[in-house]
Amino acid sequence: MKRRATTYGRGGPFVYLVALAVVVVTLGPVLYGALGGFRSNEQLARDPAALPDPWLGRNYVGVLGNDGFWRYALNSTVIALITTAVAVLAGVMAAYPLARYQFRFREPLFLVFVLGLLFPAAVAIVPLFILVTRDLGLGNTWWGVALPQAAFALPTTVVILRPFLMALPKELEEAAMLDGASRIGIFWRIALPLSMPGLVTVGVLAFVASWNAYLLPLLLLQGDMRTLPLGVADYSTEHSADTAGVLAFTTIAMIPALILFLALQRRIVSGLQGAVKG
Amino acid sequence: MTSPVTAAPADIEAGAAVTRRVDARRVTRRSGRDKRRKRLEILFFVAPALALMAIFVVYPVFSAARMSFYRWKGFGPMVDFVGLQNYSRVLTDDVFGQAVVHNFVIVFASILVQLPLGLALALLLNRRIRGRGLLRTIIFVPYVLAEVIAGVVWFQLLQPRTGLIETVLTSVGIPVPEQGFLGTPDLALTTVFVVLTWKYLGLAVLLFLAGLQGVPDELHEAAQLDGASWWQVQRRITIPLIAPTIRTWCFLSMIGSLQLFDMVWILTGGGPANATTTMATYLISQGSQRSNFGIAGAASVVLFLIGFAMAVAYQFLVLRRDTRADA
Repeated sequence: MKRRATTYGRGGPFVYLVALAVVVVTLGPVLYGALGGFRSNEQLARDPAALPDPWLGRNYVGVLGNDGFWRYALNSTVIALITTAVAVLAGVMAAYPLARYQFRFREPLFLVFVLGLLFPAAVAIVPLFILVTRDLGLGNTWWGVALPQAAFALPTTVVILRPFLMALPKELEEAAMLDGASRIGIFWRIALPLSMPGLVTVGVLAFVASWNAYLLPLLLLQGDMRTLPLGVADYSTEHSADTAGVLAFTTIAMIPALILFLALQRRIVSGLQGAVKG
Repeated sequence: MTSPVTAAPADIEAGAAVTRRVDARRVTRRSGRDKRRKRLEILFFVAPALALMAIFVVYPVFSAARMSFYRWKGFGPMVDFVGLQNYSRVLTDDVFGQAVVHNFVIVFASILVQLPLGLALALLLNRRIRGRGLLRTIIFVPYVLAEVIAGVVWFQLLQPRTGLIETVLTSVGIPVPEQGFLGTPDLALTTVFVVLTWKYLGLAVLLFLAGLQGVPDELHEAAQLDGASWWQVQRRITIPLIAPTIRTWCFLSMIGSLQLFDMVWILTGGGPANATTTMATYLISQGSQRSNFGIAGAASVVLFLIGFAMAVAYQFLVLRRDTRADA
C-alpha cells in the first residue's frame, strides 16, 4: 500500500485523479443515454462513442409528443403521491406513540415494524397479486399499487421517524397538556409541524421508491395504467431497433426523480444517516 | 438508533429538570380513566399502520406459506394438499439451487468489493478537496435512478458489437466475448454485478461519508502529532469509529442482494441458460408466468427463511461480538 504520509487533510493530484475517474464512471452511462437521445440510429451504429453530429431533437420531441409517455408519467405521479401520503400519514401516526408514550408493549410493537424491513415485497408478491386483483378488485388501478407500496414503505418510515419524534422537547407537550390540549391535538399542532424535516425525508424516500418501483406494477398494471418504468422497459423491448428513441425515452423518464432527489439531497442524506447509524 | 436531530447537552439537562417536575405533577393526576384513554389514543395512532401492514404484508406472507402446501394453478379453491411436495420440488430443482448460489455470490461479492471500494472512496472524498459537495452529489446519481431505467441504459451500453462498451474495448485491443457480456453464461452474472456496483456504490459512499462526519477532527490531529501515518489513522481510528455505519450498510446490502430482481429481469431475464436467475426471478417466473402458485409459494418461504436466518445470524454474530468488545 503506497501512501501519502504528509498533509492528509487535503488531496494531492492522486486524489483528484481518483475523483475524476469516479465522475467519469458514474456519469458516463447517464450522459451516454442523454447524448444518445440527440443522435440518430445511423450515428449510433457508425460510432457508438461519438458526440451527436448533427444534434437532433426529434427523438426527444417524439417522446414528448407520445400520448403513452404522458399517460405513464401521470400514472407514476398519482401512484407515487398516494403512496407517499398514505405511508407518511400512517407512519408518523404510528411513530408518535412509539416515541412519546410509555407503555408496556412499546418495544415489541416497534419490533414489528423493524421486522417488517425483513419482508421483501418479492416474498409476498404472488399472494399480493391475488389479493389485490381478486379479493379487493383493485387490479390495474392506482390504489391497488399504491396501498401495498405504502404498506411496504411503512417500516422504513416508522424507523426513521421515531428518533425524530423522540428528539422533540418534552416541555412543549407538557405545557400544551397543562393548557388542556388533548394528545391528538398535540400530535396535530405540535408534533407534526416540528417533525416536518423528518416527514420530508421519509416522504421523498417513499415517493422515489414508488416512482422507481417495477415488480409490483409489473404484475398489477397493464395497458394504459402502466407506470414509467414499465413504459420504459416495454418501449425498450418493443422498439429494440430504435436505440436512439429508447435512450431519449429513458433519459426523460430519469429527470423527475433526479430533480426531486437533488433538490432535497440534504434532507434525504440526513434521514438515511439517522436511520443507519447503529 | 441515533437521532439526526440532536439538541445541545445543556438544553437536554435543563429540559430533563423541567420534565421531572411536570412528570411528578402528572402522575398524581393520572387515574384509571386516563389509562383507558391513553390505550385508546395509542390504538388510534397505530391502527392505520398496523392495518396496512396486516393486510398487505403479513396476510400475503402467510398466504404464500399456505399456498406452498397445495398444488394450485390459481383457479378454483385451494384443495389439492400436497404436504411438503412443493418444497422438495423447489429444493431439488437445479434452477432454484443455482438461483440461491447466484444470490449468495451477489451477497458476498457486494461485501467483498463494494465495502472496500466504498470505504476507500469515502476516505478519499472526506479530504478537503475542491468540489467535494458536487462530487458527493454526482456519486449519488445512480442510486436515485430506477433500477429499470439504469438497466435499460446499461443494456444498450452492453449490446454485443454495436454497444459502446464493446466498441471501446475492441478499439483498445481488449477481446470481447462472441455473445456479448450479457449473452455469455460465464460472464453474465459478473456483468450484472458490475452494473449493480455502479448503481449502489454511491449509497455506500454516502453513508460512510456521513459516518465520517461524526469523527472529530481533533482525533486525527492528535494521532498525527503522535506521528501516525495517514493509513494508520484510518485503520486504527476512523474505521473503528464508523464501524456501526459499516455494519448497518452490510446488513442492508445483504438483504438487498437476497431480493435482487429488477436489474436481472431487465438485463438478462435470468438467462442465458439460467446463468443469472435469482430466487426472486425464479418465483416470479413460476408464479406469474407459469401459474405454479404452490411452487412459487414454497420458493417465497425459502427466500424468506434464508433472509431471516441471515439477519438473525448477522445480529447474533456481528452485533453481539461488537457490543462485547465495546463493554
